[in-house]
Amino acid sequence: MSERPIRVLIAKPGLDGHDRGAKVVAQALRDAGMEVIYTGLRQTPEQIVEAAIQEDVQVVGLSCLSGAHMYLFPAVVEGLRARGAGDIIVLGGGIIPDEDIPLLKEAGVVEIFGPGTPTAEIIRFIREEVQKRAGKGESHHG
Amino acid sequence: MFEREKMAELQKQYRAYEDELAAQVKKRPEVKEKFELDSGIPVKALYTPLDLEGFDYQEKLGFPGHYPFTRGVQLNMYRGRLWTMRQYAGYGTAEETNRRFRYLLEQGQTGLSVAFDLPTQIGYDSDHPLAQGEVGKVGVAIDSLEDMETLFEGIPLDKVSTSMTINAPAAILLAMYIAVAEKQGVPPEKLNGTIQNDILKEYVARGTYIFPPAPSMRLITDIFAYCSKHVPNWNTISISGYHIREAGSTAVQEVAFTLANGIAYVQAAIDAGLNVDDFAPRLSFFFNAHLNFFEEIAKFRAARRLWARIMRERFGAKNPRSWMLRFHTQTAGCSLTAQQPLVNIIRTAFEALAAVLGGTQSLHTNSYDEALALPSEQSVLIALRTQQVIGYEIGVTDTVDPLGGSYYVEKLTDEIEEKALAYIKKIDELGGAPEAIEFMQKEIQESAYRYQMEVESGKKVVIGVNRYQIKEERPKGLLKVDPAVRERQVAKLRDLKARRDNSKVERVLGELRKAAATRENLMPYFLEAVKAYATLGEICNVLRDVFGEYRQQVVL
Repeated sequence: MSERPIRVLIAKPGLDGHDRGAKVVAQALRDAGMEVIYTGLRQTPEQIVEAAIQEDVQVVGLSCLSGAHMYLFPAVVEGLRARGAGDIIVLGGGIIPDEDIPLLKEAGVVEIFGPGTPTAEIIRFIREEVQKRAGKGESHHG
Repeated sequence: MFEREKMAELQKQYRAYEDELAAQVKKRPEVKEKFELDSGIPVKALYTPLDLEGFDYQEKLGFPGHYPFTRGVQLNMYRGRLWTMRQYAGYGTAEETNRRFRYLLEQGQTGLSVAFDLPTQIGYDSDHPLAQGEVGKVGVAIDSLEDMETLFEGIPLDKVSTSMTINAPAAILLAMYIAVAEKQGVPPEKLNGTIQNDILKEYVARGTYIFPPAPSMRLITDIFAYCSKHVPNWNTISISGYHIREAGSTAVQEVAFTLANGIAYVQAAIDAGLNVDDFAPRLSFFFNAHLNFFEEIAKFRAARRLWARIMRERFGAKNPRSWMLRFHTQTAGCSLTAQQPLVNIIRTAFEALAAVLGGTQSLHTNSYDEALALPSEQSVLIALRTQQVIGYEIGVTDTVDPLGGSYYVEKLTDEIEEKALAYIKKIDELGGAPEAIEFMQKEIQESAYRYQMEVESGKKVVIGVNRYQIKEERPKGLLKVDPAVRERQVAKLRDLKARRDNSKVERVLGELRKAAATRENLMPYFLEAVKAYATLGEICNVLRDVFGEYRQQVVL
């Protein structure tokens, strides 16, 4: 595994304009030494997939507070898989009802971080998850 | 205010008190090392007349209903009439939201407040590809005048005041409201209500923009001009600090950025040839009520005094109504926690009390389950009852501005005013609010991050989140929007387009397109278009063609 910093895309899919959480998480990840790209508002799943591949990220963090997550989050996962980038870790945050979480995980979202989650927990999770995958598929990242 | 000799004596005694206290703190430290507001204002252990030296009652406070309105905009405030209890509501289809409106009115709510879904707020019909997953979610889906007719069915529009949280396409939704009223036989001059219509804070903090700043400001001034002649009791804008605060700003930034945006609207209208006293009395404001009780109360008072001075001194307004900052308040959504959600009832009650002690004209209290879902009928009822308890049971409405004269509150009011003024000056130097969007975003973002880090370090206590956590079950009975809403809306649209006079729609949209390219007031064209049942998306698409679309600068 290379020593390059973890690269993360923080994205706002859909029409939702609440970006406080997305920006706070982005800044916290950056302060933790990760390379973070923030998409800005109103991204389609296709645009997010494209950005994730162009930017060669290991992690995509999706934030949605408008209730459209059941459509938007799986669309990003599917888009990544279709482009052969299914190894990118997709995480979600926002107002996500409990009963939706298992469905999102089934669809391939690795973890959901709800309101009140400390950024330190997200940082720890990303590091562990990236490490785990690097261990499994070292040939991928050289 | 206080005699000189007595002040000197007091000064001596105060020093002695300080020494005594310092000695005690050495032995028994205080609960916090530093007492400070999020705005960066230090909080002293004690406030005395010494903090208000040279305080001129007439200049700083005056009388309620009179310049500079620090104590309130009416002579007797809530002794005359309580604030309007106005719960923001809307989800799913117009039918469902109409039912929620009627429920709220039956429970004693005194005004309506419409939440629109995001496609409506951004001018897309429900069948637009970008509307997927969003239809009916954060508000009601409105595609055409037909939906608006359903939304207000059985609600006489001459008897109720309606606030609509609509910004980029505000002119079109207002046109629909006027058209519905006309069908009910209510003339526009009898309509009461508010459109948010505040595009600058959309660029800064809320995100439902469509067009670039220049044509957006033109739509706003068109509304000012049209309403001053035809809809005289309508609040043509609700200049909003609420979302700026929700995005993470401090109280000072909330006041400063909101009033800076207000200055930009007034200037734009004057530049468009309007007389300030013709439109300024119908400007209204919208603030957040956050958790720090006294800071919030002082914030409302400072905002009123600042705006009065801006309008009289900067813009030369002559009509006292132009000087008045009238405002709606919503309790802080961002202060609600998903953990132990019933505790949110208590937070909301304190925030609502601050809004009332700060002299609000109308109030929305959040429901305790809003960090989890849209409010259920039960949770919204408790939120409304919270306002009713404040209004009817605890006596705070019996006298005007009961905290006026508190050494602490007056000092804080002065400090917030001073710090907000410094920001406004900075924004002026940047060329005004439309030029300072990224500056404001950056300031807000820094405050938001600081807040989060303080929560994570435990410096800021959030009950249930970083202190007194428990293992708990999520509450049951959360509201879930039926995902079939989109299909129903799409079917309605298809049906409407088959039934309406499509050649007429084409004609009115063609006329709108031509007028949009000129400087003509567009309100009459919107009215024609909505009455012909052109859809919101069709009308906005014409404007997109002519005006172009706003592209956000990503600030991080």
